[in-house]
Amino acid sequence: MRSILTVYRKELSDHFSSNKFLILLALIYIAGLSSTYVALTNIREAASSLSGNVFLYLFTTGGDILPSFITFISFFVPIIGIIFGFDAINSEKNSGNLSRILSQPIYRDSVINGKFLAGVTTLTIIIASIVFIISGVGLFSIGVPPTAEEILRLFFFIIICVFYGGFWMGLSILFSVIMEKTAASILTAIAIWIFLMFFLPIIANAIANAMVPLADNAATADQVRNYTIEHMISRISPATLFTEAVVVLLLPVGGNLMFTPVLQSDVSMIESGQMILNPLSIGQSLIQVWPQLVVITALAIICFALSYIIFMRQEIRST
Amino acid sequence: MSDNNNLIISRNLSKKYDQHLVVDDFNITIKKGEIFGLLGPNGAGKSTIILMTLGLTEPTSGSISVAGFNSTREPLKVKRITGYLPEKVGFYEDMSAKGNLAYTAELNNITYGEIPRKIDEVLEIVDLSKNKNQVVKTYSKGMKQRLGIADVLIKEPELIIFDEPTEGLDVKVANQILQTILDLNKQKNITFLLSSHQLNLMQRVCHRVGILSKGKLITEGTVESLGRNMFGGGKYRLELGLEKVTGEIVEKLKKLDKVVNVTRTDNQLQIVCDRDIRQDISRLIAAEGILMTRMDMKQDALEEIYLKYFKEE
Repeated sequence: MRSILTVYRKELSDHFSSNKFLILLALIYIAGLSSTYVALTNIREAASSLSGNVFLYLFTTGGDILPSFITFISFFVPIIGIIFGFDAINSEKNSGNLSRILSQPIYRDSVINGKFLAGVTTLTIIIASIVFIISGVGLFSIGVPPTAEEILRLFFFIIICVFYGGFWMGLSILFSVIMEKTAASILTAIAIWIFLMFFLPIIANAIANAMVPLADNAATADQVRNYTIEHMISRISPATLFTEAVVVLLLPVGGNLMFTPVLQSDVSMIESGQMILNPLSIGQSLIQVWPQLVVITALAIICFALSYIIFMRQEIRST
Repeated sequence: MSDNNNLIISRNLSKKYDQHLVVDDFNITIKKGEIFGLLGPNGAGKSTIILMTLGLTEPTSGSISVAGFNSTREPLKVKRITGYLPEKVGFYEDMSAKGNLAYTAELNNITYGEIPRKIDEVLEIVDLSKNKNQVVKTYSKGMKQRLGIADVLIKEPELIIFDEPTEGLDVKVANQILQTILDLNKQKNITFLLSSHQLNLMQRVCHRVGILSKGKLITEGTVESLGRNMFGGGKYRLELGLEKVTGEIVEKLKKLDKVVNVTRTDNQLQIVCDRDIRQDISRLIAAEGILMTRMDMKQDALEEIYLKYFKEE
């Protein structure tokens, strides 16, 4: 156990003193504070029409120029995960450190476990710190303290972010175990991220339109089928699952409707005020996001378990 | 723990990668306090044997143990008493020598209170005390190699395994490293297992050597005994060039004290003997009135032994 802690402490100190940590922290703080500024402006303008959960609007409200904090975070979390994992093993191997470290009286898994835990801790600190900063700025600016439920929602939001980042970290550690060159491992991880984030939704849309073409006056059943197909394919991507989970969690009113087929007539009724949406309780929101959370966690575990198994079976030579 | 004086015992050790046999039935016993050299060309299986000794890879069959601990079943116990310095030793370049050694000490469960004293002690041995706060990326290759020795010494090992300890070092630094090995062996009775291509350097420090080829141990013993076996039993070899060689002179040379064998090729003679008989030969040849064109004496050189084995293959 002491060896895991030793590796963990060393990795943590490496992360905190590294330039990549400072750059990522600066980027995420700039993005977070900018989106908070936009959110605050919009909240002030629409203050009279806002009902409950005002505090959460700090995280979900975007503007014309800048997107919301949760949109930013959906971009940054994978990047942080990838950056803290892509060179975890292969850089140690290439520098000749790994064979020296493994010749010490420690179990081999101490190295990979310590590195993964240190990466996850760093990720947690980055996410939690920006959430706290936004909360502080918001509290000071809008003067409305968060309710216990809102605090709980933010807590679960941080957990989801950490699991999602854990998936990307697990994936990039897997590539760092498999691939010899650090450039290859980072490029592969980024290529997968770009594919899942940007191309999969386009592919899903194309497939859905090919399977169920929608004319202008398409039947409601076709529209629902088209939407369902597109959505099922998009859900292959952890990015989709993450977006669904955080939107449902941080938008108690109507968040869940963003990812289910809603008829145009229902939208009109909601907009005209004929249909009033009730906010979901924290329990109901968690039930809604439970499948997404389980899949994201499972993917993170699978990626890490794969890298663990491969690393444990690898023969480490100094040259 | 082993109850005798043997530190490393390997029995029928073999390692296969797919169908390729890299180590083939390797048997060896290395005694405590010995400096043993493992020689062989690239791909002979030296590094694989080292990895199996440390428990970093499993043998396909057979076993190897260090101080009575089976390397495959008890790798932690083996690694606790074994220091390993790989060919390409790596350190955390942005950390100081002190920081790197502290990390190794922590991994070896050395108590926090004891770590600074240990670091000072091992850096003193390798003469790096003045550079302990310097980041490793400013170190020369020789300094890094010395830091590597400090790194393995911090756990106070019974056995140190060096893979190519002098590779890429200039003669002066290589000599320093070898001297450190000899000092540590003498003062702390540390056993060394060295793997190297630099045979002349190995000959200077190794008590015994083993020659590996294609994963098989061809021969092992002291350099002297290997030379004797290979070159007809004598310690020295003299090569003589004469104006003319007669049967009479050959017979007279054979009768000289400690001469083991005399062979003739045209006007060249090769004399194998157990002492330096150059003066006796000079006197004999002069008395016979024969002109001597040359006389070279060779001791058993590891390089020659090594080359002879690989020439015969």
